[in-house]
Amino acid sequence: MKKLILSILALAAFNVFAQDVYLTKAGNIRFFSSTPLEDIEGKSKDAVSALNTKTGEIVAQIQIKSFRFEKSLMEEHFNENYMESEKFPKAVLKAKILDLEKYDFSKDGEQKVVFEGDLTIHGVTKKVKLEGTIKKSGKNVQAKSVFKVKLADYNIKVPSVVTKNIAEDIEVTVDFPYELKI
Amino acid sequence: MFKRLVLSALIFGFAVSISNAQDDLLDLIEKEDNEKNKDKRDYASAAFKTNLAVTSQSIENVASGVLSFRISHRFGTISDGLYDLFGLDNSDIRFAFDYGINDWLQVGVGRSSFEKLYDGNLKAKILRQQKGKQNIPISIVYYTSAAVNTLKWADPNRENFPSARWTYCHQLLIGRKFSESFSAQISPTVIHRNLVPTTKDANDVFAMGGAIRQKLTKRLAVNIEYFHRLDTYNEKQFKNPLSFCFDIETGGHVFQLIFSNARSMVEKGLITETTGDIGQGDIYFGFNLSRVFTVVDKTKKM
Repeated sequence: MKKLILSILALAAFNVFAQDVYLTKAGNIRFFSSTPLEDIEGKSKDAVSALNTKTGEIVAQIQIKSFRFEKSLMEEHFNENYMESEKFPKAVLKAKILDLEKYDFSKDGEQKVVFEGDLTIHGVTKKVKLEGTIKKSGKNVQAKSVFKVKLADYNIKVPSVVTKNIAEDIEVTVDFPYELKI
Repeated sequence: MFKRLVLSALIFGFAVSISNAQDDLLDLIEKEDNEKNKDKRDYASAAFKTNLAVTSQSIENVASGVLSFRISHRFGTISDGLYDLFGLDNSDIRFAFDYGINDWLQVGVGRSSFEKLYDGNLKAKILRQQKGKQNIPISIVYYTSAAVNTLKWADPNRENFPSARWTYCHQLLIGRKFSESFSAQISPTVIHRNLVPTTKDANDVFAMGGAIRQKLTKRLAVNIEYFHRLDTYNEKQFKNPLSFCFDIETGGHVFQLIFSNARSMVEKGLITETTGDIGQGDIYFGFNLSRVFTVVDKTKKM
């Protein structure tokens, strides 16, 4: 009996990651600002994220400087004037799948989920609820989500001369292709 | 005793692993991200708002695949007074196109009304300030330009040599973006003139230049630029050019509002032909207005 408890504990203590942790180092994040005057799109495929399907936890981070734009000047303004990427080099998501017991991630297939947690952009952390899907096929998991980010919530100031060029709410599209970590 | 120790260690480990599972995940992606970025080069960008400090070159190039169009004006001296509306009645103009061929090479052409001067230039980044894979604290840029005067010959009956109308400039721009708001550079320069007015004038003029940029707000900066001629011949007639300007950025445009004792908008005029004496109130007002156009969209492939 004692031995059994011991081995269960040992397993639990040292094998937290076993079987259920998925990792991606090439997560796609795209954001889109649309106004009648101008559409602005930023793209990166450099997000790093981990998903634990047993605990329902998901964490992700992206280097702000990895976003690319159609116009070089947009990229310069994005980093220098809006995101201040020297000061706040990355954005971070720390979230959990709501009502985890409703889902079964052991078999293949796509399921709609809701993530709840903290999103940190531009040094400001906000509680968020993001709708998305998780699709499992063998050792791969694909997580997708589309959500809105309000610039004012994250203290990202848009000067009055360009308020007509930049939307107040930015649409963010996330597509993470995970692979089983262990 | 030993067993108990192991047991409590394991229980402790179990408890820690539960409470910190999310932090473990965070540590994991932090580690993976660092690993991934270790081999990336993080270049310093926008040490100056445009490829000009004031009138001469800054260490910045026009971005790859981008065409910049610039109109510059230099007016008469402010001391001309109200009659000439403080110099505004008297204007020299230069317009210029600069194109970024890739991340390190830029070509440009320009045309000034003064001397009906055409100029062409080439600018190459030799070393780029960066961190990450390599730590390089400064940028080094080579700049060269050639300018030709196309005024009608003063005396067409004389034997005139077209080669006499050419001047050349070579510059090494060595600079650093010290912080988000402050950048500085030095610019050793040589100007070669094929023809000089008298035998005492040197064909090659050496000068040491420098420029600084200080941001006042995110979209407003002040630049100061100075060139010191290293020869002293004709010091009374020709002055060292001191210029300063406000860079104002509005979306795709950059306005540079300039005050200077120099009126020329090309290097040979700026460095070897500046006559304005600041002490005598010879300060010219001027501006550069630049607009960039994206010719090649880099994200198309993503």
